[in-house]
Amino acid sequence: MPQRQLTGSRIRERRIDLEMRQTDLAQAVGISASYLNLIEHNRRRIGGKLLNDLARALQVDLAALTEGAEVALLDQLRSAAAQDRGAGAELSRTEDFAGRFPGWSGLVTRQAKRITDLEARVKVLTDRLAHDPQLATSLHEVITAVTAIRSTASILVTDNDIDRDWEERFHRNIYEDSLKLAESSRALVSYLDTPSDEGAAALSPHEEVEAYLDAQGFHLPYLEEGGAAHHAPTLRSKAAASILAEYRATYSQDVRDMPLVVFSQAATELGHDPALLAARFGVSLAAAMRRLATLPETLGHPAFGLAMCDAAGAITLQRSIPGFSLPRSAASCPLWPLFSALSQPMQPIRRDVQLPIEGGGRFRCYAIATPAGAFSFDTAPTMQAVMLVRPITASGSPADPVGTSCRICSRSGCRSRREPSILNDDAV
Amino acid sequence: MAKRVLVIEDEPNIIEAISFILSRDGWTVHTHSDGTTANEKIKATPPDLVILDVMLPGKSGFDILRDLRDTPETAHLPVLMLTARGQTRDREMAERLGVSQFMTKPFSNAEVLESVRSLVQA
Repeated sequence: MPQRQLTGSRIRERRIDLEMRQTDLAQAVGISASYLNLIEHNRRRIGGKLLNDLARALQVDLAALTEGAEVALLDQLRSAAAQDRGAGAELSRTEDFAGRFPGWSGLVTRQAKRITDLEARVKVLTDRLAHDPQLATSLHEVITAVTAIRSTASILVTDNDIDRDWEERFHRNIYEDSLKLAESSRALVSYLDTPSDEGAAALSPHEEVEAYLDAQGFHLPYLEEGGAAHHAPTLRSKAAASILAEYRATYSQDVRDMPLVVFSQAATELGHDPALLAARFGVSLAAAMRRLATLPETLGHPAFGLAMCDAAGAITLQRSIPGFSLPRSAASCPLWPLFSALSQPMQPIRRDVQLPIEGGGRFRCYAIATPAGAFSFDTAPTMQAVMLVRPITASGSPADPVGTSCRICSRSGCRSRREPSILNDDAV
Repeated sequence: MAKRVLVIEDEPNIIEAISFILSRDGWTVHTHSDGTTANEKIKATPPDLVILDVMLPGKSGFDILRDLRDTPETAHLPVLMLTARGQTRDREMAERLGVSQFMTKPFSNAEVLESVRSLVQA
């Protein structure tokens, strides 16, 4: 279903902004008010001369009526529908729903995300209770101390003719075990003391780091100014803190190799081409791509998306931008250059890709897979891939088809499809 | 002659308490704390009963029990297994391996005494 269906909603919003009556607009473009009403409620598709006339009457560019930023919302709605196919959501009318009821759409997607987060939290807690070695060890220590105290105290209480040496010895044992019990209990309570913010607690360590970086726009001024290592954001988990520390170390190195002011100027001068920038600064292509993703929009740079993954295709870092977000809970579309780079190590890849969205969803991607860490003899290198993503406008030039994940991808005849789509039966 | 009990447990204060109550009840008590050498200790001086902890340094109580049951001389040696992990799967594992009795911590002294007496008489 084309994105253009939302055009009606935009026409209606613009008309209301201008405080124009429906009949006046209809008369201006030579149609009936009832027909305009159908258009505004996305029940009639329009294009060509009528759309041009409406844009002119509403004093806006044609693009303002036909292009929107609802791609992410539509993806989220489809994902929400995919979570419960039995609910019978009318997938063919997703865009109509988003256009007519943006508030309700936002509520649906937020609740779907909350359900996903809570399910993830339940899984984490279940895994923790069932398999966590630290929890098992803590409980073992507590029970061992309790056992020793109970058994020893029982002797002192029930044995009336115990000699003095044994009595003193058992008192000392009980005291020692009570100290162990106190320490073990404290450690156990500390371990089980979960944060009160359920939403944040449900995040994986990588998501927690990304949430922090997202809030900063992936630009960390305190590292740009010479690496103020004392600035330590508060993260909930040690794992997240460890991941962020590694990211900050890489970021600091990138700052040293590519100082902000000169890199910013060069990026503008070289059209944000990562290969040219890598050559200019004598750094790896991956480093140049990482650095581009940290450039602030306030300096006039476009917002770049960034994704990194390991050899298993697991996303290790991602900067999402409107329309670009690889799923973490479900398998991503393998057609993204990020993943194809893994099969061509050290080979830079540049591809224009197109999501199955009319009027948007086109990106230029730069990707490369490189060994991570130091080389060593007789050991296969650990590979990682990085991909820089920049939104581009459709120009009629060819673009590789990509999707987000199979369940919500409407493409037919895709050789990489893992499972049928919920969007239409043809997409197999 | 007093019957011999070998307590294989790594927590010294639990060893001391069990040793005390069994000694008072007329048993000769030997103790051992290392899982790795537990089977050798049993073979060197076979006891009438073994009290065996599950979580031991070097080798688990389950592995020790498996070795005992695989050895003809100790295949029928009474073993009272103690564990701080009371999960059903641990109990099932112990039973599959041929434990004589399975007891979860924290236990009462009376329960231990009663089990030891009944296992050796049986």
